[in-house]
Amino acid sequence: MEPLENGVLDGNGIGGLLLEVFGTEMTAAVSICAGCGATSQVAELAVYQPGLGTVVRCRHCDTVLMVFVRARGVTCVDLWGLTSLA
Amino acid sequence: MAGTAVRGRLTWQTATVGSVVSETARVRTLSLSVPDWAGHRAGQHVDVRLTAEDGYQAERAYSIASAPGEPLSITVERLDDGEVSPYLTEEARAGDQMEVRGPIGGYFVWDALDGGPLLLLAGGSGIVPLRSMLRHRSRLGSTVPVRLLYSSRSWADVIYRSELDQPADGVTVIHTLTRQQPPGWTGYARRVDQRMISEVAWPVGGGPVGGGPVGAGPLAYACGPTSFVETVASALVAFGYQTRRIRTERFGASGQ
Repeated sequence: MEPLENGVLDGNGIGGLLLEVFGTEMTAAVSICAGCGATSQVAELAVYQPGLGTVVRCRHCDTVLMVFVRARGVTCVDLWGLTSLA
Repeated sequence: MAGTAVRGRLTWQTATVGSVVSETARVRTLSLSVPDWAGHRAGQHVDVRLTAEDGYQAERAYSIASAPGEPLSITVERLDDGEVSPYLTEEARAGDQMEVRGPIGGYFVWDALDGGPLLLLAGGSGIVPLRSMLRHRSRLGSTVPVRLLYSSRSWADVIYRSELDQPADGVTVIHTLTRQQPPGWTGYARRVDQRMISEVAWPVGGGPVGGGPVGAGPLAYACGPTSFVETVASALVAFGYQTRRIRTERFGASGQ
């Protein structure tokens, strides 16, 4: 599942990270974008891994929904782009 | 109980390579032995982590090729610029060890209760999780009707060739070879498009019944490079499939 240099392309590939952060399977969870209101299962979201962390965006409006950055053994999680995640 | 199960999936375990089988020139299937492997669902993946002598770690996700109940195996395609796949496809030998986490995934999975009819759409190495589903269906003795549309560059690039040449009852395999076709080839010879989808996909209304939720209709799983998945998903929606009956998994550059 690896493209030319980077890792993952959709939420399926960060299932392990999400399991670590949330303590449960999250790829089937439904997200609501705070930018445009679009609902999507996490597996279908656009994922980018530029090397500094993981960025998850809405496929409809490109709003950043989630950011995960790992530093010194701690994963920092920012979910400001989400209205809800269930 | 649930806590233990989560911890098990969360922790990195040591996996030992049992065998390495060549599927195509660039693709290998590795069987892995993991001491406390709790089993998996068809379509799930594992995260594989390699650690270099200098401590550098690289981690990638690989779909599980085996069916639930079969020994764990993954199928890996070598990507030229990859950090992990060149090792797994060219260097790994029986007895080698690596760290594995999983199984992971709850969206791109198929169990008997999901029913069908099933439309499986594979682009290149996207065939891997779908093959797990097909093997699971066989092991269950399921009669859910399946159509698999599999896009590859050439016949030599078709993964699990001999297995797919002898599909189980109720499974129809349709290949499209996009760059090169063997002499006498009468099958599809182009990238997937709307017309191909309309010829291959189960019709939305009035198709065969395949169990699962009553009236739910066909269920589609599309896996492969982003361009393949997006073309297929758009075509299915235009053909009448509801988006909630289409599950997608995007892989990196491969097979097209």
